[in-house]
Amino acid sequence: MRARSLARPAALVPAALLALAACTPAPPGTQVHDPYEARNRAVHAFNIKADTVALRPLGQAANAVVPEGIGAAIVTFSDNASLPGMALNGLLQGNIEDAAVNSGRFVFNTLFGFLGFGDPAAEIGLYERDTDFGETLAVWGAPEGAYLELPLLGPSTERDAAGELVDILLDPLEWVGSDAVEAYRRYGTAAYVGEQIVERGQFMGTVDGLLYESADSYAQARLAYLQNRRFQLGPASGAGGGAAQADGFVDPFADEGAAAPAADAYPDFVDPFADLE
Amino acid sequence: MITRRTLLASAAALGLTAPLPAFAVTQQAATQLVGQLVAEVNAVIASGQPEGAMLAEFERIFLRHADVPTIAAYVLGPARRAATPAQMQAFMQAYSAYVARKYGGRFREFIGGEVEVVTARDLPRGVEVETRALLRGQSPFRVDFHVEDSTGRPLFFNLIIEGVNMLLSERQEVLAMLDARGGSLDRLIADLA
Repeated sequence: MRARSLARPAALVPAALLALAACTPAPPGTQVHDPYEARNRAVHAFNIKADTVALRPLGQAANAVVPEGIGAAIVTFSDNASLPGMALNGLLQGNIEDAAVNSGRFVFNTLFGFLGFGDPAAEIGLYERDTDFGETLAVWGAPEGAYLELPLLGPSTERDAAGELVDILLDPLEWVGSDAVEAYRRYGTAAYVGEQIVERGQFMGTVDGLLYESADSYAQARLAYLQNRRFQLGPASGAGGGAAQADGFVDPFADEGAAAPAADAYPDFVDPFADLE
Repeated sequence: MITRRTLLASAAALGLTAPLPAFAVTQQAATQLVGQLVAEVNAVIASGQPEGAMLAEFERIFLRHADVPTIAAYVLGPARRAATPAQMQAFMQAYSAYVARKYGGRFREFIGGEVEVVTARDLPRGVEVETRALLRGQSPFRVDFHVEDSTGRPLFFNLIIEGVNMLLSERQEVLAMLDARGGSLDRLIADLA
């Protein structure tokens, strides 16, 4: 899922990379590096208001009036339009397999899935390999940087924000230069907005719980984003001392205040029992 | 100071656990637990009952298979040191209902989807059972259960959804809830109950 805009001077790419050079070093483990917390919290308050007045009611409306099949088609179409960009990022990361899977999925669903509204590719096990330029930067060794909450876009980091900008600027669909492809790209952008609304409706309970029922929704969103992102990026995230972030082992039996994972090999393990002995 | 023994004793008093000797859980037993949990969730979904009834069932499934005393003690963190056994018992009771509501409710998102066990591996303590959840219109995602049988039967003590760790998230949340109440555990217990 990536944001796409209509105007995108490619000249901005070096600027994004320069901004990235200013990133602060990534913290180890599950630590949170949030030097801009006061500003981030102000943005979070704004984002909650935006959700309350716009996204949440739209999600409710979508739940009420949009048939499930139509909602799924919008999400699939939006994702399909972002597959060429994901394939490009796969190539930039040297991940030929993911690039091939995303390309194959794009071609298959565009040809046999009603231009990407359907998902016959899933039936042959060809699932999206979600990626973006933030991951490419991580693979290239860029540090995660400080945590950021972006207006309307939500949780991010310095590295991911720079990546998001580059993804907007570098969409392979734009290079084709045909009117039909350009129209397709624009419908993809519209579908991206629709996707946000449909998914807000689909995960109504979980998102409401996070945004409105938590004692500190800012801190919960921050922790969830960083954990999920580091899990997605794996060793490239630079957050686990090179260890895979896949296990999440927390030893709740051990601890004493230590929220940090016990060992690099088990970054997610918490031992609650050691806590109690 | 709450020791593991008093904690387990109060858990047993609540009927949450059976005080049996502890053995290290095997991968097979851990996988079986997760398989059973998934089967129970699927059975509730297939039953087609109204959503409110389903949610109540999901909460019961969560309570049946989660090591709630251990989770409750962990999320309380340093505040546990100052708690009396009576407070601990009251917190555990109140928190059980809260955490079952919150995480049991997540099972609802599996409606129309399927969950399959992928593999199991040993952890420094207990076993990790990795599962793959396939929901309609979504790419497959990973849900891990961390299982131990310190109470005599296999129970999960942590749940990790695409890297998002229940124990870590809940400890942060409980800390925030305590802060919002001036650090008063009694007020937190009253509000959770």
